[in-house]
Amino acid sequence: MIGYVVQRFLAAVPVLLLVAIFSFLLLQLIPGDPALVMLGEDASPEQIQALRESLKLDRPLWEQLTAWLGGLLTGDLGTSIVFQRPVLDLVLERLPLTVWLGLLSLGISIPFGVGLGVLAAIYRGTVVDSAVGILALIGLSLPNFWIGLMGIYFFSVMLGWVPPIGNVSDRGFGTWVGSMILPATVIGTAQMGLLARITRSTMLDVLKLDYVRTARAKGVSEFRVVLKHALRNALIPIVTVIGVMFSLLIAGAVIVETVFAIPGVGRLVVQSIVARDYPVVQGALLLIAGAFVIINLLVDLAYVYLDPRVNYE
Amino acid sequence: MSDQPNTLQHQSRARRFRGTVVGRLLRHPTFIVGGFGIALVVIASLIGAVVTPYEVNAISVRTLLKAPSAAHWFGTDHLGRDVATRVSHGLFISIIVGTSVVAMSTLAGAALGALAGYYRLLDGPIMRTIDALLAFPALLLALGIAAALGPSMFNVILALSITYTPETARIVRASILVLREQEYIDASRSFGARDRWIIGRHLLPNSLSPLLVQVTAIFAYSVLAEAALSFLGVGLPPPTPSWGAIISDGRSFIVEAWWICLFPGLAITITVLSLNLVGDALRDVLDPRIKSAR
Repeated sequence: MIGYVVQRFLAAVPVLLLVAIFSFLLLQLIPGDPALVMLGEDASPEQIQALRESLKLDRPLWEQLTAWLGGLLTGDLGTSIVFQRPVLDLVLERLPLTVWLGLLSLGISIPFGVGLGVLAAIYRGTVVDSAVGILALIGLSLPNFWIGLMGIYFFSVMLGWVPPIGNVSDRGFGTWVGSMILPATVIGTAQMGLLARITRSTMLDVLKLDYVRTARAKGVSEFRVVLKHALRNALIPIVTVIGVMFSLLIAGAVIVETVFAIPGVGRLVVQSIVARDYPVVQGALLLIAGAFVIINLLVDLAYVYLDPRVNYE
Repeated sequence: MSDQPNTLQHQSRARRFRGTVVGRLLRHPTFIVGGFGIALVVIASLIGAVVTPYEVNAISVRTLLKAPSAAHWFGTDHLGRDVATRVSHGLFISIIVGTSVVAMSTLAGAALGALAGYYRLLDGPIMRTIDALLAFPALLLALGIAAALGPSMFNVILALSITYTPETARIVRASILVLREQEYIDASRSFGARDRWIIGRHLLPNSLSPLLVQVTAIFAYSVLAEAALSFLGVGLPPPTPSWGAIISDGRSFIVEAWWICLFPGLAITITVLSLNLVGDALRDVLDPRIKSAR
């Protein structure tokens, strides 16, 4: 088992290295002179030359790559052209808000998604099951930027229940939560669909097992059988989709932070793309992908702990 | 009397058809609903594109931000363009993008997956590369690539194809790893078949059915992702009537003209939902072991 842990750690190293190389290559995809593209037509030749030198664009490719990788080891993810500040600082400043948004969305999607999945499994083959199935699929099919806008129209413009933008922080905690509920729900719809579908199928597997029958046979109430005996074990495989949930969350944050003008990491990426501030795009993508690799590694390791039946030879 | 054997033959043929993949699909309620949804969007778009008397990008100062009416079923946008006409044309953009992304990512994914699954030496490098690409959340990878390449339809297709190739490669590799241990592959090899023949004639054709499910999923994802990219301004350049771009246009006028955003969003939702329903039905029919759980 320790062997397995070490092996998983070692396997993550080349993937992280490749992630760093891919983020580096992103800048190479820009057609023409990246320095000119980033600064625009109005820049003076001196400015362009200065940027070219600071990004080492005038050096051979391998030299640029080793400089980029060497920088990463010392925590240097590059410097923003617009803000003239380190990319890492820019991302870390905006991270807490995105994390809060993500946690809120999980707080909405986990109870609803798991609850719907359990309902569908208990009432398998009935109208309830079909309704949950369709609801989950709708959740996975809705364009999140569109429900965001429709939500603003319905709940802000028509009903006036919530502000049309997120992160309203100057009028107390209650208003802040109110302004974040709509964005968090928008991110949560896809997650909810995913969770409902997975919970349903793992619950169906578990409800078939002998120990559930034993529990029923000894007279445990159905409520207890489902919630205490079955659901606990059904939740274990759900851990494996944490990686997918993270992807949905980040993609959701990029869109929702743009729609609701929330100054988080997602909005930073989109604004940097609009401003052609590619070092920020590059650095933020690297951080997100790196976080994804590490989250998946932790998930794999957590699985060893949560499900001792799995054999890791 | 003479036509009785004929009827029997006819019946058994009908029964055989009911047993085939197509026959089972056509009786699958999920497939029927999904197929109906796709038909609805296609027919509505054809009607919209042919019947409405407006040009897609015709600007008209006299019809700025008009609410839905008999003349403009879905209203008009801030440049006086007919939203119904634009949404109808949007379907063809989505079809072009979806089909191209499916074709490119399936070809590239099948090639990479076959190489990784068949040649043990290539497996490590190819799979690590794929793992690294999969570490980027799909939308973000597409966003980064499309932003670097610049807004154009080809660049969006390229960005989305690169994004969806790794998952396809993984699926093909997984089926080839199983298939290559089968006896008929040994038999084929003992007859002197070359690797190219074995991969092209035996392994790839037999790994098609999981790929078919993946194809509908990629189509659905790329419709959704193209809309998101165009909404964020790194997709198709204006005035292309992409559904995402129409919603992006309508965003600034959401308070006074909700219809600009509503209809293209409905079109996206119905299209993607229908594709997902068809995909679920395909999964059910092609792989009875997995009961539509994702």
